[in-house]
Amino acid sequence: MTQKILVGCGAGFANDRPDAALRLAQDLAQRTGQRYIMLELLAERTLAEAQLRKGLDPQAGYATRLFDFLEPMLDVCIEAGIPIITNGGAANPRAAAQRLRNTLAGRYPTLKIACVLGDDLLDETPARYVQWLSLDCVGHEPVSVNVYTGADGIATALAEGAGIVLCGRVADPSLAVGAIRHGLGWAAEDWQKMAVATAAGHLLECCTQVTGGYFAHPGMKDIPDPANLGCPIAEIHQDGRLIISKTRHCGGRVSEQTVKEQLLYEVHDPRRYLTPDVVLDLGQARVQDLGEDRIEISGLQGHPRPETLKGLAGMRGLWFGEAEISYAGPGAVPRAALAREILLQRFARLAPEVEPWIDLSGIASLFNDHAGRYLQQRLTQAPALEDVRVRVGLTHTDRSLVEALLAEVESLYTNGPAGGGGVRRHLTEAVTTRSFLLPRSEIHTTLEWY
Amino acid sequence: MNLVTLADFAHARAGDKGNILSVAVFPHDPAHFQWLLRELTCERVAEQFATRRPSRVHRYDLPNLNALNFVLEDALEGGVNRSCGLDRHGKSLSYLLLALRLPGPSA
Repeated sequence: MTQKILVGCGAGFANDRPDAALRLAQDLAQRTGQRYIMLELLAERTLAEAQLRKGLDPQAGYATRLFDFLEPMLDVCIEAGIPIITNGGAANPRAAAQRLRNTLAGRYPTLKIACVLGDDLLDETPARYVQWLSLDCVGHEPVSVNVYTGADGIATALAEGAGIVLCGRVADPSLAVGAIRHGLGWAAEDWQKMAVATAAGHLLECCTQVTGGYFAHPGMKDIPDPANLGCPIAEIHQDGRLIISKTRHCGGRVSEQTVKEQLLYEVHDPRRYLTPDVVLDLGQARVQDLGEDRIEISGLQGHPRPETLKGLAGMRGLWFGEAEISYAGPGAVPRAALAREILLQRFARLAPEVEPWIDLSGIASLFNDHAGRYLQQRLTQAPALEDVRVRVGLTHTDRSLVEALLAEVESLYTNGPAGGGGVRRHLTEAVTTRSFLLPRSEIHTTLEWY
Repeated sequence: MNLVTLADFAHARAGDKGNILSVAVFPHDPAHFQWLLRELTCERVAEQFATRRPSRVHRYDLPNLNALNFVLEDALEGGVNRSCGLDRHGKSLSYLLLALRLPGPSA
């Protein structure tokens, strides 16, 4: 029986760093025992965007940067026998598998590439998914409908010899849970073990967020060599011990602080963290510093997995526009505030149904709100700034109306307060998503081999 | 009253799910955990986020981790899907919480 496995994570979102993933692969290749690499490449809206690309080109629709991550590490991983597991198949795992075969150009003919399918409900009759969507989704045409599947398909693919596993929508921690179930032979219904596996996946899924990313605060929480953060590696033992470390000879840090921040990241009730594989209970969790960037996590409890799965539908039809203009030097604040007043008046006349969000960056932007309550509060404190950026954000279903309103910001060049400069405008189609629940018994994942 | 800024005594990380903001808060010095339990109340946090009009603020206590996990419902102006703001995820909002002024640990 295998006593210990290593699972590394080389990407925590679509635009993570491929060079860090390669260094992870090179590090793991020099170690012994069973090792796996996961690449988490999806966000909530990624799948809808991927479906739109697939609609234009049937060979597209996987994560746009999937091959930026895969290509440099393929030889290293295949030769060291390290399976790669990724959700970067996105809306089209089959097309990703075919391109992967083309990339390999006849090399490694015995390598088995698995596609895990069954998360994508868009191919099925709408009647099947409409029953689970909430009422306010009816009338919108969804561009993506997916279910967050668990680790079953991944564990099966690895058991059948997959060297690379391409998934679409799968719960992020499940990428690790599938590897751990395979590597340690853990049963899907062993809730204590699934708690350990899911905690490992949860700590890995955002990649460097547990090794010093999204963390540094100079003088308060310093991180060594923050431009070269090492990727996280989970060490999981047959007896349930879980240790988080990172790529050797890289920057970053694994400390009690970094692990605790990530352990609770995006968690609501820590005693009931719902995943497709287990209900994870962090209520008794503890962390212990073993030194040398190694942190042990213990006290994890598991409860039977939910009978429902979470689904996510992506809808199109909304346009999101942003435009900005800056004022600097003496009187920058009153000039920027005047620009805001002018825009509010113009928008109220041209499109009274559109309520623009207006920030004055430097005074209030990140903490601001749509109604500008926070901004008003800050303006009464008479901030002394000499560089203020006016930012307008708005959404509407009518693209040309959004364009016309963004042009109003640019018109401040000649019509607005003195010395306005640096206009930038940006218009994108916004994909909005709605989550829903559906019975687990309705979803069956299948494998296809390439 | 002897008021201090939370950022001088604690660190925090924000996360989002839809229109729900969660912020986990940790004292730099574990000895300050009891002080946070006493002073960093849901009422104070709701007041700090008043301009975001959260419909509900809940606190989960994790004594083993010396952590408090705050969940603020409807605090993200629609969240990453709907918000017209600059930070649609609310990733920066850990620092709005850390800007909170409260009675110091020695008070």
